[in-house]
Amino acid sequence: MPLLEVSNLTTAFQTSRGEITAVEDVSFSLNEGEILGIVGESGSGKSVTALTIMGLLPQPPARVAAGEVRFGSDVLTRLSDTRMQRIRGPGIAMVFQEPMTSLNPVFTIGEQVMETLRAHERLSQKAVYARALEMLEKVGIPSAARRMGDYPHQLSGGQRQRVMLAIALACRPRLLIADEPTTALDVTIQAQILDLMMDLRDEFGMAIIVITHNMGVVAETADRVLVMYAGRIVEEAPVARLFDKPLHPYTRGLLECVPSLDQDHERLVAIPGTLPDPARRPAGCRYVSRCRYAIPACTAAIPPLATYDANHTAACIRVPELT
Amino acid sequence: MTPLIEAAGLTKHFAVQTGGLLRRHSIPLRAVDDVAIRVQTGETLGLVGESGCGKSTLGRLLIRLIPPTAGNIIFDGADITLLNPRELREKRRSMQIIFQDPYGALNPRMSVEDIIMEPLLIHGARANAESRRQVAAMLELVGLPARVRDRFPHEFSGGQRQRIGIARALVLHPKFVVCDEPVSALDVSVQAQIVNLLQDLQGEMGLTYLFIAHDLGVVKHISNRVAVMYLGKIVETADKRTLYANPLHPYTQALIAAVPAAHPSQRSRSRRGRERLAGDIPSALHPPSGCRFHTRCPHVMPVCREQEPRVTQPAPGHQVACHLIG
Repeated sequence: MPLLEVSNLTTAFQTSRGEITAVEDVSFSLNEGEILGIVGESGSGKSVTALTIMGLLPQPPARVAAGEVRFGSDVLTRLSDTRMQRIRGPGIAMVFQEPMTSLNPVFTIGEQVMETLRAHERLSQKAVYARALEMLEKVGIPSAARRMGDYPHQLSGGQRQRVMLAIALACRPRLLIADEPTTALDVTIQAQILDLMMDLRDEFGMAIIVITHNMGVVAETADRVLVMYAGRIVEEAPVARLFDKPLHPYTRGLLECVPSLDQDHERLVAIPGTLPDPARRPAGCRYVSRCRYAIPACTAAIPPLATYDANHTAACIRVPELT
Repeated sequence: MTPLIEAAGLTKHFAVQTGGLLRRHSIPLRAVDDVAIRVQTGETLGLVGESGCGKSTLGRLLIRLIPPTAGNIIFDGADITLLNPRELREKRRSMQIIFQDPYGALNPRMSVEDIIMEPLLIHGARANAESRRQVAAMLELVGLPARVRDRFPHEFSGGQRQRIGIARALVLHPKFVVCDEPVSALDVSVQAQIVNLLQDLQGEMGLTYLFIAHDLGVVKHISNRVAVMYLGKIVETADKRTLYANPLHPYTQALIAAVPAAHPSQRSRSRRGRERLAGDIPSALHPPSGCRFHTRCPHVMPVCREQEPRVTQPAPGHQVACHLIG
């Protein structure tokens, strides 16, 4: 049985312009210990997917309009907040992009790690302190004992992200969701944090969902990749296959528009245009306004996710003739 | 060939108040420290480095947006640190800047036309048909339809706002443009559009760029030469192929090694022990002694802690400041 199973998930928001679907008909599963990359640009729905799984979206204005999320034997989308609280921490934990705004500035980092432990585990004061210290050491905070009393503003960006990981992993979750964990960090620090995440995965064996717009992060960490565009999944494949043989025009565009260090290009192959306004999406394929392969048939209906090879799916009617 | 810009001994210290209530005093934040830099006419010099390295400060110094603490800057034959305000203003037509934050760089209360026309007005033009024509020409050049002239910044996406910022920077037809992380805040597909645009405009308008960025891939693509900064110092400069193929400075090597893989088969964890940098970037308020990189350098030697390395030139066009070399 997969660890996490998301089925036809649709999350919508009530806005002044009516109801907007941020995530539409999203289905995927994740096994124990697996690393899934979810990639797409801002507005693709990847963060909202994660927040829906975690039950962190205030309902209203958000609502799960369709589908469900199964974690082990629990259907998360039907749980009360009290029950969901017990799953967050030891079941699923999350780290966010901006460590400064995710850490409480008026509490010490030690206190914030301990708070998680106290909320989810039954341990004595001494044991809570010892576990918190252990976690800070595990994530590579130097002089951890002294720094337990530091406040977030006294730490660098990279250190704060390490503290976020310590808080997330303190209760040994079975699933870690990392939402753009390295985006705000300098490149040498990014590399440290990615290494750290992978080391911790090796030690604790948790599954990870890495959400990013950076294909390099996916290349470094993921076993499998989901590509999202305008709220829907447009492609899913094992990571090497995605890079070797991207099927969906958007995936190809994403891979082509990033200059790599080992190749020279005259011009970057840019994807023209921008994401469609979520309140005014086209009836058919949402990528049609930016796709160099668009034909009239593309506007007729949203292309279904079709399977093209072992575990490789794509939502584009022109895949058979284009590849 | 005389460079368009040449600076030597360039230093900028910011006074930072510290010491709490009872022992208040100021210490210098050495944002840029004794830097020599040269940009040739028509080239793109890439400037890379991580937080606190001083690259943005260096960019602003070179166009005299902020005054240097020491050093001089020769721009197009004149030392701009010695000019009076009137002379400086005249020179400003030739040097412009594109900023990183497309949301903060445009006045939300000015229409697109007002924003792009402002430089013209500052330099003595009137708000007449000729100026409006020039604004329309710039809009077309940056790929925006002329009809957007009456709209306001909040109606545009990040990429479109950046185009407006570029139009504003180029309306005076400057010679030199500092591009201060112009694509860092944009999604990757939009980054590519803007990078292509900047390259096209460089060719059409004969521009010289200082391209400041932390994304090594983008810098490599757009630059001719690249300079690497660390904590206020330039540690290595070379033409781009040489820098990426044969980086000499350990920090440059680490930066390149830290770039995420282009393909899963190149996962770098196996390279980890060899080239990963440990520790955090020190504060520019308390830079390490001697070579500022010594606290993180995998090849640190005793001399590195005591003496700042001089800039040497191990090969033509390739400068590096490191005790391991020369």
